[in-house]
Amino acid sequence: MTTQPTVQHLVPAPRHRVSRLRRAVRSWQLYVLLTPAVLHVLLFKYWPMYGAQIAFRNYNPADGFFGSPWVGLDHFQRFIESFQFERLIANTLSLNALGLLLAFPVPIVLALVVNQLQNERFKKFTQTVLYSPSFISVVVVVGMIHLLFSPRSGIVNNAIETFGGEPVFFMGSPEWFRPLYIGSDIWQNAGFSMIVYLAALTAIDPSLHEAARVDGANKWQRIRHIDIPGILPVITILFILAIGNLFNLGFEKVLLMQTDLNLPTSEVIQTYVYKAGLQQAQFSYSAAIGLFNSLINLTLLLTFNWVARRANQSSLW
Amino acid sequence: MTQLTRAQETPLSTTRSPNRRPRRPSVRTGVPSGGPWHGRLADPLFNIVAIGLLGLAIVAIVYPLYFIVIASVSEPAEILNGNVWLVPQGFTVEGYGRIFSDPDILRGFANSVLYTLVGTAISVASILCAAYALSRKDLYGRTFFMLLFILTMFIDGGLIARYLVVRDMGMLNTMWAVVLPGAIGVWNLIIARAFFENNVPGELRDAAQLDGANDFRFFLRIVLPLSKPLIFLMIMIHLVANWNAFFDALIFLDDESKYPLQLVLRNVLIQSEVTAAGGSGALDSYAAAQRIGELIKYGMIVVSSIPLLIIMPFMQKHFTKGALLGAVKN
Repeated sequence: MTTQPTVQHLVPAPRHRVSRLRRAVRSWQLYVLLTPAVLHVLLFKYWPMYGAQIAFRNYNPADGFFGSPWVGLDHFQRFIESFQFERLIANTLSLNALGLLLAFPVPIVLALVVNQLQNERFKKFTQTVLYSPSFISVVVVVGMIHLLFSPRSGIVNNAIETFGGEPVFFMGSPEWFRPLYIGSDIWQNAGFSMIVYLAALTAIDPSLHEAARVDGANKWQRIRHIDIPGILPVITILFILAIGNLFNLGFEKVLLMQTDLNLPTSEVIQTYVYKAGLQQAQFSYSAAIGLFNSLINLTLLLTFNWVARRANQSSLW
Repeated sequence: MTQLTRAQETPLSTTRSPNRRPRRPSVRTGVPSGGPWHGRLADPLFNIVAIGLLGLAIVAIVYPLYFIVIASVSEPAEILNGNVWLVPQGFTVEGYGRIFSDPDILRGFANSVLYTLVGTAISVASILCAAYALSRKDLYGRTFFMLLFILTMFIDGGLIARYLVVRDMGMLNTMWAVVLPGAIGVWNLIIARAFFENNVPGELRDAAQLDGANDFRFFLRIVLPLSKPLIFLMIMIHLVANWNAFFDALIFLDDESKYPLQLVLRNVLIQSEVTAAGGSGALDSYAAAQRIGELIKYGMIVVSSIPLLIIMPFMQKHFTKGALLGAVKN
């Protein structure tokens, strides 16, 4: 008699063709666990998505998201025709494309090199040092740039003057904005991104390396013929993701690094959205610009995913 | 001697470019004559390049941080004259004195501690709960819910709509505006779900069900104790992220008394530099203000990083492992 309930529980439900609804009701506690997170995405992700339609309306607070008058593509048209348009697109694209091009390979190289280290303690130490800057806040990193590259007291200008050069006002020069942004980005994030590649490298079958070593392959050859092919799928996927974020990268940091003087290169789409929208309260106009930006992102992501899938079978989906 | 010729017969070499001629070892020296990239010198050369590269990277990372620390206790005039390189000059702790007696900074610090603790608690709790539910294959509607979360990684309502939603909810200028909107990162949810899927055996749940444990009990008593590395990782990720966050506070908070430390830092470190470079005041007080301003800036960078320095050692053990955990799964 005592074994009867046991059997019922051990054998999964479909024996009696329990209806889906009953099954769902029976595990109501799981839905309770799920509730906070679902509420969160509904409130803070889906509601704003729905609210993004103000890009096609003339938003006024009294009428809210739905009541405001419909104006179609007026805001988009205004943005495309505005004198800002070309500069914003050019700045956004060149900052992010350059950043991607220069910053993307660095963690891969670091991972390949660190992976070859024999001494476990040195390996661990190196890893820790390399990823430690990623725990520093963007505010502090930008503050450090301001201090270290300051025209009066910055150590960089001190060094330049020591070697007989003229001090440079780095944060006030449009031409220095991109190097500083990309350089500090590599400084801060390369070590952390390296971890993913290191993980992929440890997943490579060690017997491949053994065999190669027996056959006399040196480290360069093993990296080229074993390590790189081994992590290529990971590289591809991360590259696609980075492309999908091409118009999205590090906007908070751009905002922090902006000075009145470097605006010619540092004004990007998203900082413009922030200023036009939140500082000047042109809600609908800036929402339209933001939507325009997201559409470009999504298009890039889908395109590159498609290309990658055709090229070497590793893609996001 | 025959190492190289043998290497060329292995499958490995078939991926090489076909136009590369086989290299013969030099008869006189016995060293393969492929140049340093292929010969006996290849590995030592690699080691030199590797050590050089990593050494450079380590110095490039450590030196600026080290400089900030020594500059925070050096006389600003010495920094200005370029005398501070490796050791502090004209030792002073005046900057720290000012920092720890500045009410704005202290309040920012306290606010940050509060936001960080509350935010981390909310995020970690809701992520763990949801991730466990999603890890259960018998959850009806599992695919739908996963899709609901994953879609938000690719589609976004945008800054303005987010701002308006938070405003409509009456959260502007409250702690909730800082803590709630970014509480759940889908990426973390996916990592946690993968962890549960791989580390909570199904037999365990069957056994617990026999003992009459319901889902809540099973989750609290068995799943969570089994998932300490994951919980630890989640807490660490959110502590750091919350402590370092500034943007939500920037757009959602007007009241300066509610500013977190990062926002106070931004005003001190970044806003003042530009205005100070442009404007000028009464000469005497201006110079004095400049001097103490510099000290405070260096010192604040150090002070704001102290909480992270404290948890770093705890993090180290689990962090890489945890990061790998998430990485490999995806």
